[in-house]
Amino acid sequence: MQMSLTIDDVRKVARLARLAVNEQEVQTAHAQLSNIFGLIEEMQAVDTTGIAPMSHAQDVTQRLREDAVTETNQRELFQSIAPQVEAGLYLVPQVIE
Amino acid sequence: MINASIKQLSHALAEKKISSVELTQLYLDRIAKHNPELNAYITLNPEISLAQAREADARLAAGTASALTGIPIAQKDIFCAKGWLTTCGSKMLHNFVSPYDAHVITQFNNAGAVNLGKTNMDEFAMGSSNETSHYGAVKNPWDTARVPGGSSGGTAAAVAARLCAAATGTDTGGSIRQPAALCGISGLKPTYGVCSRYGMIAFASSLDQAGPMGRSAEDLALLLNTMAGFDARDSTSLQRDKEDYARDLNKPLVGLRIGLPKEFFAEGLGGDVAQAVEAAIAEYKKLGATVVDISLPNTKLSIPVYYVLAPAEASSNLSRFDGVRYGYRAPEYGDLADMYEKTRAQGFGAEVKRRIMIGTYVLSHGYYDAYYLQAQKIRRLIAQDFTEAFKQCDVIMGPTSPSTAFKLGEKGDDPVQMYLSDIYTIAVNLAGLPGMSVPCGFGANNMPVGLQVIGNYFDEARMLNVAHQYQLATDWHNRAPIGIVG
Repeated sequence: MQMSLTIDDVRKVARLARLAVNEQEVQTAHAQLSNIFGLIEEMQAVDTTGIAPMSHAQDVTQRLREDAVTETNQRELFQSIAPQVEAGLYLVPQVIE
Repeated sequence: MINASIKQLSHALAEKKISSVELTQLYLDRIAKHNPELNAYITLNPEISLAQAREADARLAAGTASALTGIPIAQKDIFCAKGWLTTCGSKMLHNFVSPYDAHVITQFNNAGAVNLGKTNMDEFAMGSSNETSHYGAVKNPWDTARVPGGSSGGTAAAVAARLCAAATGTDTGGSIRQPAALCGISGLKPTYGVCSRYGMIAFASSLDQAGPMGRSAEDLALLLNTMAGFDARDSTSLQRDKEDYARDLNKPLVGLRIGLPKEFFAEGLGGDVAQAVEAAIAEYKKLGATVVDISLPNTKLSIPVYYVLAPAEASSNLSRFDGVRYGYRAPEYGDLADMYEKTRAQGFGAEVKRRIMIGTYVLSHGYYDAYYLQAQKIRRLIAQDFTEAFKQCDVIMGPTSPSTAFKLGEKGDDPVQMYLSDIYTIAVNLAGLPGMSVPCGFGANNMPVGLQVIGNYFDEARMLNVAHQYQLATDWHNRAPIGIVG
């Protein structure tokens, strides 16, 4: 399976990743990402039939904890470093008319 | 004093030959003198450091000191430290004063260590040269026209230049071992899960691991004793009995079986590096070790696999940087989506954006099986190579990096060239194994060469023993960059 990255793919990916890009950045990213995918495509030649994907370095199961409150409320401390807050709320541009 | 081991410093503190305040001030003075040239530190906070030193002196006087009490330790700027600017090398966090401590920081604080400052690093730990830092490149103390390696390059430069007693690093694809090799110091990436990742800013969560960097294996053992241990706040932290990583330092190496993977000595390895590594292997034979030829056949695939998995995990982890709750926000924007897009475009550097885009693409609809799933399957093959190899040997050795430190800007235009320099380190992260680098000589232009030692899972104590015995027999680890250390 050999795929080549198109200019439109780069625009789409930048939008999905919430990264503003201008036309020149799209062109540069396209050239560099294409080189990187050239490297990545080496994987496609490997026969992995019957191999289980390895998602984690240790074969352990997820640890569970009791469903209890463990954190204290530090809203003021946390909001002291926020870009914009008002009345204990984080401010963002209006999303609902 | 600046060339003393941590054990020697600890004795000097206990015997009141020097106070922690004096020792901390000594390092702060050295930093003031040399950091403008090296750029190893992003943030210093002498008031906090000296206050910690005074507390340490009180503890020493009260007789409640531990092995690291009063020792000035530098922290990679990836670790959140309460009250400290914590930037992760990024403009995105240029104003982020952490409201909490990472687990590793808490461990050092509890031990009474002094936080000397936050060291420079590649942005979000993405890089192998420290050139992606928003705060400027770090210079290699052995030759300031050259890179220190990355991503823990500020730490490596600070240790090599004696701008701290020891320091921390993190390693996702070689970020402790490669800069340790390029700066002529020792560094250890423990088994995945040994050190808690709580408060360590995430890059690729299935690979990231914290570890110590210092001037000797003996120092690393003392640091790891403090850093390691179970922490319920990291879901991947392993529940294991507490270990003393220094317990085996003095064991003889007679009978040690060293595996040499043929793939680590193939095309692409610099002749000068090969020579230094082979001389180190010869030294190990003198110490009673035997050598076994082994093969890690999927080594070459570790790079493409890594550059699918790490960016995929990074694209997810870095989605939290949105300009809403902390960090950078673009000064001008329209609607919410515009605010996100401009904040992220302005707050992230080029390499971080590249990796976010790769990760977003490989996880996107229609490509997941071909890239992400295929990479995870090959990851298992790579891990199995090591399992097979460790049936024949106790440790694996080879070069840490194919070359010595390259010049600043040398690999700037082509990300792929930079990625290929991690060929010997990445597979270790994919398998989750412990790996370390120790100085083993000098190559072209008199730049340091690192010997990589890879151990089986949870075999850190043996690796430290293997490195320590070598350091008793050689003095490469005691060499220092003359211009800066004198």
